[in-house]
Amino acid sequence: MIERPAMARVCYSAGVPGGWRENRRMAQDHDHDADGHHHGSELSEMQLRVRALETVLAEKGYIDPAALDLMIEAYETKIGPHNGARVIAKAWSDKTFRQALLADATKAVRTLGLVNPVGDHLIAVENTPELHNVIVCTLCSCYPWEVLGLPPVWYKSAPYRSRAVNDPRGVLADFGVTLPSDTQIRVWDSTAETRFIVLPMQPVGTQGWSEEKLATLVTRDSMIGTGLPKFPSEVA
Amino acid sequence: MDGIHDMGGMHGFGKVEPESNEPVFHASWEGRCLALNRAMGAIGAWTIDEGRAGIEQLPPEVYLAASYYGKWALRLHNMVVARGLAGADELAAGHKLHESEPPARRLAVADVPRTLNRGSFERSAATPARFAVGDRVRAKNMHPPTHTRLPRYARGHVGLVEAIRGCHVFPDSTAVGGGEDPQWLYTVVFAARELFGAAADPTLKVSIEAFEPYLESAQP
Repeated sequence: MIERPAMARVCYSAGVPGGWRENRRMAQDHDHDADGHHHGSELSEMQLRVRALETVLAEKGYIDPAALDLMIEAYETKIGPHNGARVIAKAWSDKTFRQALLADATKAVRTLGLVNPVGDHLIAVENTPELHNVIVCTLCSCYPWEVLGLPPVWYKSAPYRSRAVNDPRGVLADFGVTLPSDTQIRVWDSTAETRFIVLPMQPVGTQGWSEEKLATLVTRDSMIGTGLPKFPSEVA
Repeated sequence: MDGIHDMGGMHGFGKVEPESNEPVFHASWEGRCLALNRAMGAIGAWTIDEGRAGIEQLPPEVYLAASYYGKWALRLHNMVVARGLAGADELAAGHKLHESEPPARRLAVADVPRTLNRGSFERSAATPARFAVGDRVRAKNMHPPTHTRLPRYARGHVGLVEAIRGCHVFPDSTAVGGGEDPQWLYTVVFAARELFGAAADPTLKVSIEAFEPYLESAQP
């Protein structure tokens, strides 16, 4: 019942079975082979497999390919970390909203009227000078799509999923982030249908900025906890 | 299932490699694959938990070697065939070879907004929550061969109930076709030294979202 593809047909990066690494490398190497006849690469294998699935499922009446087009367009253009950045910027500039966000993020974010309604149990966790929060899903790839879009490859990768829970400082170093040695770290493993977003600390020197300008400081990684917001000098 | 997907706390996978200016999809088939999987979920071909179990059942060497959307494509293929939605011969041929019953539901353009919303998994509770905020609980030493959301690194360890998140669809049940069987869900927080031993970072705490059947009382 479970298909086991021949290993020779799965793409390796320099002989290392590091599927978490190959995504972009293979795309760069092979994406131009649009005819899908590049035998031996995962791309052609997967391109053909996905094409066959779409064709057969459409012929049998399960899906309309035009609906797939619309879904892809939404993920590419509408659903992304710019939505989360709006949430964080509002929390920085509006104390009432900040309290509402920390009390019930699903409800608070819904009031912003983002393109997508927020699913149940979005939970905002607040960074402070004493505490830094990091979000992971060790079992798969759970991620707050509504506010951050689709997760990046590294979030779904074995190195991140394995190390985030027992070596978050090492993971942060991979992102170029160093925290004081006495900062408490809290890792949230998203093992159910609750979803987490980090409310990072507002950068010093940005009090009184407009929500729009504040949003430019908010990086995707700062809302996952693997990064910090930009310095004001980076966006001024 | 004690599979390769349960990666928390493992060693040897190397550094995290963030990609600057990463595109949403690295190849067009990835977007088609994501949308196809979402579409089949939206028409009720399988539940989110059955889908996750489908990924976990890929052979470990395939799980590690395939890309993220590569795993989704293999899962979709396996589940479509296993449920008789299309034949392996048809997927190999790339087009329909047999007439089959028309599907009960079809994912149409008008359904797209609904598919972009995350489902709601909270349900009304039949019984009161067994644990309260502040309770000491132990994650059970359990090793079901089927889908579970209790990660291995937490099993057998004692933590504190930090929050009660409501009563939710129980993945261990839905993944094996056992119905929703809603269970209370808790945030349980552990000291890293409890999970990973004396050498662990003393400033670190890790929480999981634990369904009630994963927990037993550890009150003194």
